[in-house]
Amino acid sequence: MTCLPAHTDKKLGLVIDLDTCVGCQACVTACKEWNTGGHMAPLTDIDPYGGDVDGVWFNRVHSYEHTTEAGGRTVNFPRSCLHCETPACVTVCPTGASYKRASDGIVLIDESKCIGCKLCSWACPYGAREFDTDVGVMKKCTLCVDRIYNDNLAEEDRVPACVAACPTSARHFGDLGDPASAVSQLVASRGGVDLMPEMGYKPTNKYLPPRAHTERAASVPAPRLEPVKAEGGFLGWVDRMLSN
Amino acid sequence: MNHEAPRGANAAPSQRPLADTRAPDEGDGVDTSPDVSDSIAKTTCYMCACRCGIDVHVKDGKVRYINGNKDHPVNRGVICGKGSSGIMQHYSPARLKKPLLRSGPRGSGDFREIEWEEAFSIATARLSNIRRTDPKKLAFFTGRDQSQSLTGWWASQFGTPNFAAHGGFCSVNMAAGGLYTIGGSFWEFGEPDWGNTKYFMLYGVAEDHDSNPIKIGLGKLKARGAKVVSINPCRTGYNAIADDWIGIRPGTDGLFVFALIHELLKAGRVDLDYLLRYTNAHVLVIQEPGAADDGLFLRDDACNPLAWDRVAKTSVDAADPEAKPALTGSYTVAGRRCVPVFQLIADRYMGDGYAPDAVAERCGIPADTIRRIAAELAHVAFEQTIELPVAWTDWAGRRHETIKGRPVSMHAMRGISAHSNGFHSCRAIHLLQVLLGTVDVPGGFRFKPPYPRSAPPGPKPAGKNVKPMTPLDGVPLGFVCGPDDLLVDEAGTPLRIDKAYSWDAPLAAHGLMHTVIRNAWAGDPYPIDTLMMYMSNMAWNSSMNTVETIAMLTDHDEAGNYKIPFIIYSDAYYSETVPFADLVLPDTTYLERHDCISLLDRPISHADGPGDAIRHPVVEPDRDVRPFQSVLIELGARLGLPCFTNDDGSAKYRDYAEYIVNHERTPGIGPLAGWRGKDGTSVGKGEVNPDQLQRYIDNGGFWHQDFAADQRYYKMANRSYLDFAEQMGFIPKAEPIVFQLYCEPMQRFRLAARGHGRVQPPDSERHRIETYMDPLPFWFTPFEEAAVDLEKYPLHALTQRPMHMYHSWGSQNAWLRQITSQNRLFVHHKTAAGLGLVDDDWVWIESINGRVKGQIKLIDGVNADTVWTWNAIGKRRGSWGLKDNAAESNRGFLLNHIIGDQTSADANGKRYSNSDPVTGQAAWFDLRVRIVKCAAEEAGFTEPQFERFSQPPHFEPSPDILRFGAEFRANREAVE
Repeated sequence: MTCLPAHTDKKLGLVIDLDTCVGCQACVTACKEWNTGGHMAPLTDIDPYGGDVDGVWFNRVHSYEHTTEAGGRTVNFPRSCLHCETPACVTVCPTGASYKRASDGIVLIDESKCIGCKLCSWACPYGAREFDTDVGVMKKCTLCVDRIYNDNLAEEDRVPACVAACPTSARHFGDLGDPASAVSQLVASRGGVDLMPEMGYKPTNKYLPPRAHTERAASVPAPRLEPVKAEGGFLGWVDRMLSN
Repeated sequence: MNHEAPRGANAAPSQRPLADTRAPDEGDGVDTSPDVSDSIAKTTCYMCACRCGIDVHVKDGKVRYINGNKDHPVNRGVICGKGSSGIMQHYSPARLKKPLLRSGPRGSGDFREIEWEEAFSIATARLSNIRRTDPKKLAFFTGRDQSQSLTGWWASQFGTPNFAAHGGFCSVNMAAGGLYTIGGSFWEFGEPDWGNTKYFMLYGVAEDHDSNPIKIGLGKLKARGAKVVSINPCRTGYNAIADDWIGIRPGTDGLFVFALIHELLKAGRVDLDYLLRYTNAHVLVIQEPGAADDGLFLRDDACNPLAWDRVAKTSVDAADPEAKPALTGSYTVAGRRCVPVFQLIADRYMGDGYAPDAVAERCGIPADTIRRIAAELAHVAFEQTIELPVAWTDWAGRRHETIKGRPVSMHAMRGISAHSNGFHSCRAIHLLQVLLGTVDVPGGFRFKPPYPRSAPPGPKPAGKNVKPMTPLDGVPLGFVCGPDDLLVDEAGTPLRIDKAYSWDAPLAAHGLMHTVIRNAWAGDPYPIDTLMMYMSNMAWNSSMNTVETIAMLTDHDEAGNYKIPFIIYSDAYYSETVPFADLVLPDTTYLERHDCISLLDRPISHADGPGDAIRHPVVEPDRDVRPFQSVLIELGARLGLPCFTNDDGSAKYRDYAEYIVNHERTPGIGPLAGWRGKDGTSVGKGEVNPDQLQRYIDNGGFWHQDFAADQRYYKMANRSYLDFAEQMGFIPKAEPIVFQLYCEPMQRFRLAARGHGRVQPPDSERHRIETYMDPLPFWFTPFEEAAVDLEKYPLHALTQRPMHMYHSWGSQNAWLRQITSQNRLFVHHKTAAGLGLVDDDWVWIESINGRVKGQIKLIDGVNADTVWTWNAIGKRRGSWGLKDNAAESNRGFLLNHIIGDQTSADANGKRYSNSDPVTGQAAWFDLRVRIVKCAAEEAGFTEPQFERFSQPPHFEPSPDILRFGAEFRANREAVE
């Protein structure tokens, strides 16, 4: 079994805005593209042109319908590793391959120690782990650990690939352990939530809920339109307006 | 630390790098600074029509990574799902390798490889014979072409009028609807004022040409709290995040908009001042039934439209800025009775037929909802006005201390266009925008330069006098202003193979590519010799009625010759259309060639300034393929086309790159506007600059110029903007652009239908022309709905491309196909329950045109009278490098099989193209269907099925496993 650090200096993670996500898959393929040549390369695709295609993806977007009395809505839901504070995927790992970094809180896998037992993927209730059958090791979101500190990238590009790509600006990145950080402030102002908090793994990533059917929804306090009054009706109104 | 101001769209404080990006001392051996690229090339994406700027990172000679260019005016650093998957497109196993000559029956896929010299010889011999004898026997149609200023010019030089790109089956009625009304259009030619709008209405758009700009804009609206209203039968994509989703019944958007207009007019919530200044609302229309000029504008001797001055009580030049024109009433001028346009508008739309209660059921929208939306529009437009503290001067010299705006904006596209009533519905939306005073104002819908242009813009389509060895006297596509401009002969027979600019489709501004195969097969209006196509999958998902289209491509005459004698096709991939070609010219990918995204065509401008861009080769082709544009230029030289040949007969341009730099359409104006002049200091007009491409490359692959603050709004009447537009060559003269609420050119067609004028429609066409060439927009039942038994076909059926494949070639892409490889038919829970269907059932989807089999998925987010599916997921076995067991060819299906390419026969027995009667736009979404559960033994696989294509020579089987990227890591680790 693998131990968790008693404390992490930072809690780096993502904030994902479900109010704005249109389900375009931009983050999904940007992630695939960066990471298939990145730290855990490759993100193998089995039978890529056939009937049993099955690839490794660190980030997937699902669409759900949610129907309530107030009406239905479609929610596009990007899903990736939440970099939990107390992740069972780490504690369950028999070899220490799965670990949580004490410095920034990123949950990573040391491939050289992974025996492919898949206990971690059974332990993760979020389905965030992806087994590469070709290599025989587990893979997962690295929070682009090879981008966010990368001296070979321009400083402005040192953010996760999914955050850089997102066309609707629905993805955010930062230190969620620092209440003064921009991401923490965003979560506070928008009522960001944990996924399945009852599981007790304390996800670092947060989701901002859709505004539809909430007090945040844009409303236009428009009075009902009434026909123009007085003589001549609308055409009379036009004439009066023009002669003013 | 971040020292510079953050660039790009995703630059909020919560999207920036860590304050300290030094790697922490974790001690876990992770390489946090791997080498990313040996070089970065900034070029333009071509995964769809959006034309975003991309940074292509090349490592070890391969494309490692593609991200968005933060400085680019289109995407400002973001990139979509397609853009990031460009690598898989580039390294696709479906890529063609060498020119191919058909060796088996057409459609079999049997080819032999040939050298380029042989390919050129074959094409040159064929085409030069056509040019010598009858140039119109070449039909040249391109698909998702971004080089139409070249391809159209080439066709014109060849001398054939039979040229168009795919606009006729894309959204030509949106282009024409806008251009004939406001001198600009939706598409990517205008955009909401994302920074200022407070109320945004989105009609029939799930994904669009302006793909990333719309997404960036929606993100801004949501962050600012502006209201987003979507009108769409399907609650997908953008519609999923709307504050109000209005699940309208397909084909009724125009009716809904007229009901909004009805409410606004009744309540006096229209911007009269705006109408007087910027539109023809006050222009007098002759009301004299039977007269040859009934319904035309009353004009003075200089042909200027007149208005009635309500103070001077006399007629005046409608453009006179000092006049006090009337908007209502009836006047007699020089013995002619006339009324202002606005009176006609009020008469029509205030009628009971357009009241919310009258349209609610047909639209599937409660009348109260329509009234509420109208009230909200009025409230935002008139009570939440905005004013920018910028002084500007209008065309008449009147100075305005501020820029006033009504912050209601709209965007509309496919859901409007793909109906036979789309042109009129599009005009309805523009009318609503103009009545509210929201076009090109702060917070409204804004033009992107080179728009606005006069409504309609010039020039007229060429092609009346086709002669051997002679270029056309203009370009093949243009804008007609009346029957005299039509391309028809004395008997009214179309002069073009696609019947564009004929009585069938008078305002066919983009041609009708979807009619070419049938017409060429039928020899109607005449047989052709060669069909040359580029980049459009006409033997599959780009055609209506695919099964019959395939039969037409392979049909023989009595002598055993193909009815379409010769087909030349250029594509980069082994698509479903390649096997139907006799000669295949293999194209490169977008990472291997030059292109220009030109102001002469479809530039990268945004509302705050013009721009254009290039592509340039990032990697060398590893196979014997050539960019189609360069091939076309060489073909032009071999044929001796005047503008592609020097006086001594030698080629004028070596390749497309040389053409882009050196070609001048008119003196000083070429494909690119940036860095013109010998020293590269001119913009817009200027001498050829031999270093122009390098200047573009140095600037990140594009040129863009921001307007001065006083040029950004009211472009239709803004003197500073109009002067700039004239200087750039966007418009011939710095004159105001008047919005044409009443479309006088359409009335000229009506008058012809009534027997007036020299150019007369055949008698059988008079009623149709009279009905649909209405100079004010109206609503009519879509053709198929009007023709079929609605009891038998109770459902509307729609298709849309998923966002991650829109306008792309995505179905063969190893990454994108993992997201969608089998399309389902989406059915509302209630509708399914009524039919006894449950989730995952297999059904026959049946229309009057045939049936196709697919699997259903039940949802709530759809209009209950509508079913829909993802388009172009279904693929034919043997194409695109997909294996025989791929979901695309076994379970995915193509709705195209059951969409007729013709209407039902009318009273005269005539079947028209299944298109908008005004513009010829393909009416994909008029389709009516029923769904029937299939027998147990029929479940699990799609039908119809097609014979598997043979594979071209030397095509290797697609790989069983893809480890893309492993090589970069291996090389990194080897260095360490």
